[in-house]
Amino acid sequence: MTLMTKLYGAVAALALSAGAAIAEPALIYDLGGKFDKSFNEAAFNGAQRWAEETGGKYLEIEIQSEAQREQALRRFAEAGANPVITTGFAIASAIEEVAPDYPETKFVNIDGFLPEIPDNVQMIAFQEHQGSYLVGMMAAMASESGTVGFIGGMDVPLIRHFGCGYAQGAKAVNPDIEIIANMTGTTPAAWNDPVKGSELAQAQISQGADVIYAAAGGTGVGVLQTAADADILSIGVDSNQNHLHPGKVLTSMLKRVDVAVYNAMSQGENIETGTSITLGLEEDGVGVAIDENNESLVTDEMMTAVQDARQKIIDGEIEVVSYYANDSCPALSF
Amino acid sequence: MDFLTLLQVLDSTVRLATPLLLACLAGLFSERAGIFDIGLEGKMLAAAFFSAAIASITGDVWMGLGAGIAASLALSVLHGLASITFRGNQLISGVAINFLAAGLTVLIAQDWFSQGGRTPSLIGAGRFEAIILPGAQSLAGIPLVGPIYSELISGHSVLVYVAFAMVPLTWWLLYRTRFGLRLRAVGEAPEAVDTAGISVVGLRYVAVGICGILCGVAGAYLATALQAGFVKDMTAGRGFIALAALIFAKWRPWYALYACLLFGLLQAVALRYQNIDLGAFVVPVQFMDALPYILTVVILAGFVGKAIPPRAGGEPYVKER
Repeated sequence: MTLMTKLYGAVAALALSAGAAIAEPALIYDLGGKFDKSFNEAAFNGAQRWAEETGGKYLEIEIQSEAQREQALRRFAEAGANPVITTGFAIASAIEEVAPDYPETKFVNIDGFLPEIPDNVQMIAFQEHQGSYLVGMMAAMASESGTVGFIGGMDVPLIRHFGCGYAQGAKAVNPDIEIIANMTGTTPAAWNDPVKGSELAQAQISQGADVIYAAAGGTGVGVLQTAADADILSIGVDSNQNHLHPGKVLTSMLKRVDVAVYNAMSQGENIETGTSITLGLEEDGVGVAIDENNESLVTDEMMTAVQDARQKIIDGEIEVVSYYANDSCPALSF
Repeated sequence: MDFLTLLQVLDSTVRLATPLLLACLAGLFSERAGIFDIGLEGKMLAAAFFSAAIASITGDVWMGLGAGIAASLALSVLHGLASITFRGNQLISGVAINFLAAGLTVLIAQDWFSQGGRTPSLIGAGRFEAIILPGAQSLAGIPLVGPIYSELISGHSVLVYVAFAMVPLTWWLLYRTRFGLRLRAVGEAPEAVDTAGISVVGLRYVAVGICGILCGVAGAYLATALQAGFVKDMTAGRGFIALAALIFAKWRPWYALYACLLFGLLQAVALRYQNIDLGAFVVPVQFMDALPYILTVVILAGFVGKAIPPRAGGEPYVKER
């Protein structure tokens, strides 16, 4: 009994001291894991940058299963973290559930979608189809066989959204181009199965693909490896993956999750909620990665075409159709 | 489907079936001796990590293979200790090993390499290269047989040939040697083996040890032959599919080969064709992915002959006093 009393006392003291301090932001990574070299790692990099620049601290957790989403949200909200930043579409429904219980806490979600956004929630959506359109153009220009590939992770609308933009970009350059699209699987394990990624890449290579775009988290590591082994080009996603196989990765479709997380942490408790914001080409939320690892692969012609298309998309002259618009893609069937 | 496509699908089948086959034979040894092992997944994962880690540090893939086998063997001994010596629940011990491997590999990888739970990419001698069998080039021109030999049979890494050689070896060991007879007996009627004056505990440890070695090879194949490094959770459920294959094969070596090839073929077809159009209706890729499990359930339900596990499986042996 006395032990329990002491424990309760200690917990209460901890809770009090946590409440007294300035609220720290918290970050919840999605199932792909913090170091997926891609989406979640970008979030981590953004948080690290904020911590280094401001000297602040943040709380973080890598969830291991679906059931932990709600648990992690409640933990952080009760520990006084503010704002609670989350990555991945799958946690959105848990936020919808939890947010009304903690009106003082602000929640941020990247990639998710909620029909009605609660007052203390900010949803951040990226215009991935615009960035994918640009890499699709580059793929089509780099391809000699007239066939390009797309390998997605888990088969969800978000990934189809990537593939759809890519296909439209490729078709804009070469209307006759053939696009082979495959998904790795239908469960979260599809984000971390490089062996399957390799086999998919080999299957696409044997069907003639000579540029493959991987939007598949950790599975993409296998795709990029196989492409490099087979001496064809690949395209990375989310983070800059050009350095993984210098001279073999055509480019990476950047999704500046790091900027989104950095901004959210900088705004702290004053972050605007009850709304959703979209980050596209105009806000530099998405883009293509050019660095010393791939500059030999990117021709001047490609650069000009990409810059031109980027400006036209921003100006509204080119409209890249979103997969979400009517749950189908004009350029590709999945 | 033209001939070349068929060859490519079959080639992919062989690559995908190899880790399943090794893990399936590993499970066969263990379960035939009466020790259920759902920790195949965890052992493969641990072996995948340690083989990639040591191969990247030393630059020698054979050192990596040794480290992978050692890691898997260590987990096997742990399983043996819990379920043979201390007579614990074999399923729980297996689950514990899976969790232990999933967590430990990423933790150690982060500590050693600071690349976020991955190992650096393996290059050169750090990987198993494909072996071109003698005459593969010159025979390739012969119609039908040539491409089959040069595309399908030649050009795999050495571990693939090891895996396929293990099938007749396992059959011979189980059905044609004294050791095999005793091993099967210890899974069916350990009291009879004990009465004959043979150590039940010793036999079961040997079986669990062989299981560890084979899982080690399976994990090393994933990380150093199919891939060029370790990625978190890279086994992606293959240990469980191997268990399903084992039940499908009703704990027999040759059938294990067929079951693993079938499951590998299903995966390869699912990877090659997103949706299969059969004219009248379209088979979605999700169905192909689920098919190994559906087949296993059908077998377990007794529609295609009964799958009867070794009689003493899952029960720790207690000597009567």
